[in-house]
Formats: sequence, structure tokens, C-alpha cells
Amino acid sequence: MKTHNSISRLELANITKQYPGCLANDNVSLILMPGEIHALLGENGAGKSTLVKTIYGVVAPDKGDIIWDGKEVSIKSPSMARDLGIGMVFQHFSLFETLTVSENIELCLSKHQLNKIGDLAARITQLSTEYGLNVDPSRYIHSLSIGERQRVEIMRCLVQSVKLLILDEPTSVLTPQEVAGLFDVLRTLSKEGCSILFISHKLHEVTEICHKATILRGGKVVDTCIPNEETPATIAKMMVGDLAEQEAGYTKAEGKTVVFSVNNLSLPSKQPFGTTLKNINLDLKAGEILGIAGVAGNGQDELMAIISGEDTRNVKQTISLNNLDIGHLHAGERRKLGMAYVPEERLGRGAVPDMSLTENTLLTHSEGFIKNGLVQWQSIKDYTKDLITKYKIKCHGEFSEAKSLSGGNLQKFIMGREIGQNPKILICAHPTWGVDVGAALAIHQALLQLRDKGAAILLISEDIDELFLLADRMAAVCNGHLSPLVKTEHTNIDQIGQWMAGTFINNTSAHTQEQEAKA
Amino acid sequence: MIRIQARTEPSSLMKVASPLLAILLTLIFGSILFSAIGKSPLQALQVLLIAPLADTYNIGEMFVKMGPLLLCAVGLSLCYRANMWNIGAEGQLLAGALGGSAMALYFIDSDSAIALPVTLLAGIASGMIWAAVPTFLKLRFNSNLILTTIMFNYIALYLLIWAVHGPLRDPQGFGFPESAMFTQATLLPTLFESSRIHLGIVFAILSGIIGWFILSKTHLGFQIRVFGADEPAARYAGFNSKKLSWLVMLFAGALAGLAGVSETTGPIGQLVPNVSPGYGYSAIIVAYLGRLHPIGAIIAAIFMAVIYMGGDLAQIEMGIPVAVVSMFQGVLLFFLLACDFFINNRLSFSNQATN
Repeated sequence: MKTHNSISRLELANITKQYPGCLANDNVSLILMPGEIHALLGENGAGKSTLVKTIYGVVAPDKGDIIWDGKEVSIKSPSMARDLGIGMVFQHFSLFETLTVSENIELCLSKHQLNKIGDLAARITQLSTEYGLNVDPSRYIHSLSIGERQRVEIMRCLVQSVKLLILDEPTSVLTPQEVAGLFDVLRTLSKEGCSILFISHKLHEVTEICHKATILRGGKVVDTCIPNEETPATIAKMMVGDLAEQEAGYTKAEGKTVVFSVNNLSLPSKQPFGTTLKNINLDLKAGEILGIAGVAGNGQDELMAIISGEDTRNVKQTISLNNLDIGHLHAGERRKLGMAYVPEERLGRGAVPDMSLTENTLLTHSEGFIKNGLVQWQSIKDYTKDLITKYKIKCHGEFSEAKSLSGGNLQKFIMGREIGQNPKILICAHPTWGVDVGAALAIHQALLQLRDKGAAILLISEDIDELFLLADRMAAVCNGHLSPLVKTEHTNIDQIGQWMAGTFINNTSAHTQEQEAKA
Repeated sequence: MIRIQARTEPSSLMKVASPLLAILLTLIFGSILFSAIGKSPLQALQVLLIAPLADTYNIGEMFVKMGPLLLCAVGLSLCYRANMWNIGAEGQLLAGALGGSAMALYFIDSDSAIALPVTLLAGIASGMIWAAVPTFLKLRFNSNLILTTIMFNYIALYLLIWAVHGPLRDPQGFGFPESAMFTQATLLPTLFESSRIHLGIVFAILSGIIGWFILSKTHLGFQIRVFGADEPAARYAGFNSKKLSWLVMLFAGALAGLAGVSETTGPIGQLVPNVSPGYGYSAIIVAYLGRLHPIGAIIAAIFMAVIYMGGDLAQIEMGIPVAVVSMFQGVLLFFLLACDFFINNRLSFSNQATN
């Protein structure tokens, strides 16, 4: 870390932001030196996003001062933040898929900046080699992987000579190898004096790369620390307050008979930039958790949709449940056969935002609650009350609207609802994505219990740590291909990471590709 | 400084208050308008809103107008709950009138007891067919339901006009574009002596109750509501979207068709070119004014029927152009949508911006 002088790059003093019904930031103070990589940690809803949005000029604080390079400033808009030299990479990228890299970057530059840069493409190429970003200015965004898109976002900040780079959960969408590449870039930037504010849920990354960390809880700064003097476990403890019983590893189980299988499933994507599924083969055994790793957008959504029946195209011969072809059945009929799903999006798909929890129970769990086509509302109400107690769902009651619940609590509700139907097969996508440590633990327990009762669980997740924790067998998807299935104890993060990057494709599907070429 | 701020939760007060507020604003707007054209606003509002309810004859006429409005609005409420943007109640009503009248004319020399039920069924079936075609086009070819249903309104209208000028014209009618008067066997019985209130109003109120029952008590109704509130959730849950789309559209078509045949076999007694003064379109406003709730639609239909009556009276008594009715309806819908904005948003009066 090169410190030019003792003036801080950014200082936040007593930032307070009140939202209706929620104090998002409560007297938050933070000092960021030039070249410092600073982690911002906290559970969901701790106030991290509000704080970085304040710095980036998206949110105006109610109280408090922002001091930039020794001068008090009031950042009124993102463009003003960019003028100061603040760049931000959001969790969800804001790139136009049908434009090229350089067109996308050009869009967010002012005329003045463009004149200063001159040849934008040349500048991008130059920066690209300087930082090892490997970004080709003439490529179209839709042809780039998620990791590459993220590098485009970083490039967009670099082009504007950034002095502070804010990254919101940058690694959640990357393969382990891509993460290593990103960290190299961040270290180079830091050496040159660029400060980096890094939001992450992954504590081992924080201990690896960050110089300092600020921990938020309930909108307040509860602690600061030097991450490389701590372990992930001690930091987790600071985040959750009372002891977070981080996993000591769960017991693995061995599946028995195959109850569900997908055979030679190839399916073109419905969306123009979606992923085509290529010769997918998998079998799922009763009493096991099969984990599928992969970076988002490599065919997980498409696979999930065709397995659940939400994708209504007929694939009769390729999907079978207990040796029964179910590829032609629609989602409701498959549910009746004992399948249940926990989708990635909770609000708006897994639950209807404007409906009560009682009504949301009925959404997928109607068995026993319908008599002659009439809904037995009273019994659903009672059942929902039980769900709320059983899974310790924080809400006002069974009449609460789904959207009034926090992400973690809603996820517990959805898990509880699906598990409560005693499914034979549970398909579960990103079960703890964005869920705080306490709720994640409860969800893990529920999944393991279901497995031990003999259900087959297909777990699709981007969180490779979680997959190693829960899955009995694993595979990875890349670009619509599914890797071979291996027992979790016979593999390791490196191998799965390489599979996520697609190293298995040539070995296993060269044959298929030949066939495709012929056809 | 006044700012618009999103509410954390939709205001349940505004959900109820919004239609009332919209009516109030419409009345204020109307008063200003009447003053501007040199009429006394108080007298105008009295004629428009109070007079229609002032004596039993007028109340009877009000119910006669309320029937078709309510029948159409209940069907539309269900459609809109399921995100099926059916603007075709007018066409379905006209189709029902046409199909029902054709059947009534078939029974012209009959005094059979089944003549009336068969006539009504013919009207219902015609309305359903008229709703079925756009539904099929939407589900099969993903065509825009709003556009196709509007087009079908015009097709129904011109088909009806052609029919009264051609095949269904009364041979003894001196060339007037009207059918023969229906025989007693195919006329809806009136409910009271000396009033035109007929069985249609009973159908309408029943339809409101049935609509409410379906939506709130049955699993099917629940699925319809989920579909409208959150389509991805409905697909995730595995609800059969085609089945639900067909159901709500056919239900709406049947009710609108019944409204049409009830008009021709009820107060009119024959097929004429102007069966409907735009009931099918006004029903859209009724459905929204009633919060897409079948019971709410009953109240909203009364209000809309009063305005229809009042418009006629205002023209007769004060020489106010009858276009004032359409204007009132339009302004009402406008204010209603504006007030609905405040269900999810509120004004905040703060001086923080100066900090």
C-alpha cells in the first residue's frame, strides 16, 4: 500500500439515513486511505447497500458529512460521484447486451471526458493490458461471460481515472479462478493508490485481500478489524453478534435407488441470449443431495425450468420420475407426483408479494385444503401458523403480506412450505443466496432432515462452499453442458472450479458435438 | 417542499377512499364545467344525480340500465383479475343480442315454455363465441387481446346493423331497420307492475354474487387472483394458464351475451340497431370503480346507471348535451386512476431538502 500523504481519500462522519419504517444507517463513520482495500461487512439489511449508495450519490443522507480528499463535499448524483473519481460496480451489471464494450463505456462518459480520452478503443486496450483485464473493446456484451462483463464494468470505472472503486459482492458470480484474477486486478489498483470498498458475504475472501474491515449490524458500525489478523469464524461472530454456529461440516449420505433422471436432454434456449442445454444426463437418488455448481447464466435457469415444467415444451422421453416419463406434464401435474421447487427469485415467483402468507401457502400446497373446489381457508390459516412457529419466521402473523418479510424469512417460509408437502423430489435453487447466517443454518438443517427422510434433493447454487457443505454428490454446469457427477469427498474446489469453467466439455461431449455438427 | 414518496405498504384506507375521492373530484369538475356553460351547477348535479332516484319510475329505469352494466362488469372484473385485458364486453353484448334475437324470431309464432330459456341460452352462447375467438387468437398466436377484442366490437356492431337491415328485418316494418316485436313467450317477465324492471336485474345481481363466490371461495378463483397478481408465481405453482384464460373469457362472454339478450327480450322487445348505449365500454369503468370486486361492481353499477339516467334527464330538463354522460365517465376514470396512484404513493411535506 502506497500512502502519498496522511490525508484520507474518503471520510464518512455520522452518516444517518432513515427510510420509512427502518433506520438504514445510524451514525456510520468510516475512514478510507488511498490504496486501502476496505471490506464492508454485515448481514442482509445491515445497511451496507445504503451506505455505498450514499457515497455514490444515489441516496442522500439525512445527516452526516462526506469528506473527500480532505474537503467536505455533498455528492448529489452518480455523475457527480464519477467526476470526483468514484466508480461503482453494482451486483447486477448495467450493460446493454446488444452494444459493444466500447459503446457501453462511451455511454457513461461525458463529452468532456471523451475529448480528453481521444481514442476510446485504444485507451481500453491500453488499460486492458496494463491491468490484465483482457477486455476487447469491439466485442458485444451478450457474447461475454459474467466474469468478462464484470471486467467491463471495472474498465468503465478505470477509463474515468477512478480514485475509489466500490464493488458490491463482486465475487458472487465468479468461478474461483475468475476470483483470483479479479483479486490480482484489485491488488494492482491498490498499489497505484486507488482505494477500494469491497462488499462481500464471503469471509475468507475478505481475510485474503482486504486491509481493513468495517462491520455493520442494524445500520450501526459494531466493529472494525484488520482482516488478516482474524479468521472467517471470528469475523462471522462480529457480524451476527451472538455466536454464529458456523458449520463443522454435516454428515454425508449415500443415495439409494434412482428416483429421478434426465437423459440426453438437449434443448435450444427460448430467449435470444439464453443458454442452450446440451445433452444433459443426470440421475438423482432417494436420500441424497445432488449439488450443481456453476456461474450464473450457464444453463441453470433453463435446466430448472424444464425440470419443473415451467418451460412447457414437450420433452417426453428425456425426464423420468420413478421410471415414468414426465417430460410432457405441466408443472402442476408434476407437483402432484411429488415434486416441489424452491425457485431462485423468492418474491414474485416463489411467493406472491401482495398476498398473505396464508394465501401463499395455498399457492403450491393445495392438497387437503380443497373440498369440492372450495378452499378451506381456516385450515390453511392454522397450517400457516404452524409453519411460522416451526421455522421461526419473523412476521406479524399468517396475514402478513409476503413482501413485508425480509429475504431470509421469506426463504424460510418458502422452504417450509415446499418441505411441508413431503416431496419425493425437491429442486432447490440458491437456497441461502443473500440470506443471513442464522437463517442459512435453519435452511441447511431443514434440507438435511428432508434428505434423511428419504427425499431426493437437487441443489443448484453458485455458492461453491455451500455445495461442498451440503451436497453428497456434485457436478457443475458450463455453457449448457453438465459435467460428470462425482461424490463430494472424491473431488475438491479446484476440480469443481475448473469444471465450472468448462474443462470437462471436450472430454465428455466431444462425441455429442460431432453429432451436432453432422446434423 | 412537497414530494411524492413510495409507501412501504399500500394504504388500505386509500384502496377504499380512492373511488369515493374520484367521484367527489368528478363532481367538483362537473360543477365547474356546468358553470362554464352557463348552467347552475347545483341544479345540474341535482338533475344528474338526485333526480334519477327521486321517484319509483326513475328508480325502475335506473335498475333497467344497471342490469347490463353489472353483468358486463362482473365478467370484466374476473378477466382483469387474471390479466386478460378484455375490452370486448360491448361486442359480446351485441353478439348476445343478435344471437338471442335470431332465436327469439325463430320462436315468433310459438308459445312454448322453453322458448325463453332457449333464447337466453342462444344469447349466452353467442357472447361466449364472441369472446372465444379473440381468446383463441391470443393463446394460439399470442395476438394482443386488447386490439382483437376492440376489433370484434366493431365486427359485432356492423354484423348486427347488417342483420336488422337484412335477414332479421321485420317484413311488415315499412323498411325500418328493426326486427319484428318478439312474442310474449320470449320476453323476460317484468318484476313489478307499471315498471320496466325485468328479470335481467336478478341475473345481474346473481352474477355479482357468483363472481364474488368464485373469486374468494374457490380454488379456481384463487388461481385467477394469483395469475393477475403475479404471473411468474402462477407458472411456478403450475396453474394452467390456458384453462384459466379460457374460463374467465368465456365467463365474461356469457355474462355480456346474457346482458345483450336481456336487453332485446327485456325493455326493448325487439332487435334494434342501437341496443346498447356503450354499456360494454362503461362496464370497464364500473369494474375499476368497483375495485375489480364483483360486490364492489354492484355499487359502482348503481352509480353508473344513475349517471346514465341523469344524462337523459339533464338533456330533457336543462338542455345539457347528452355527451356530458361520456364526459363524466371519462373524467371519473381519469380521477380514479389518479387517486389509485396514492394507494402506493404518498405526498410528503418536508423541508429536509434544504439541508
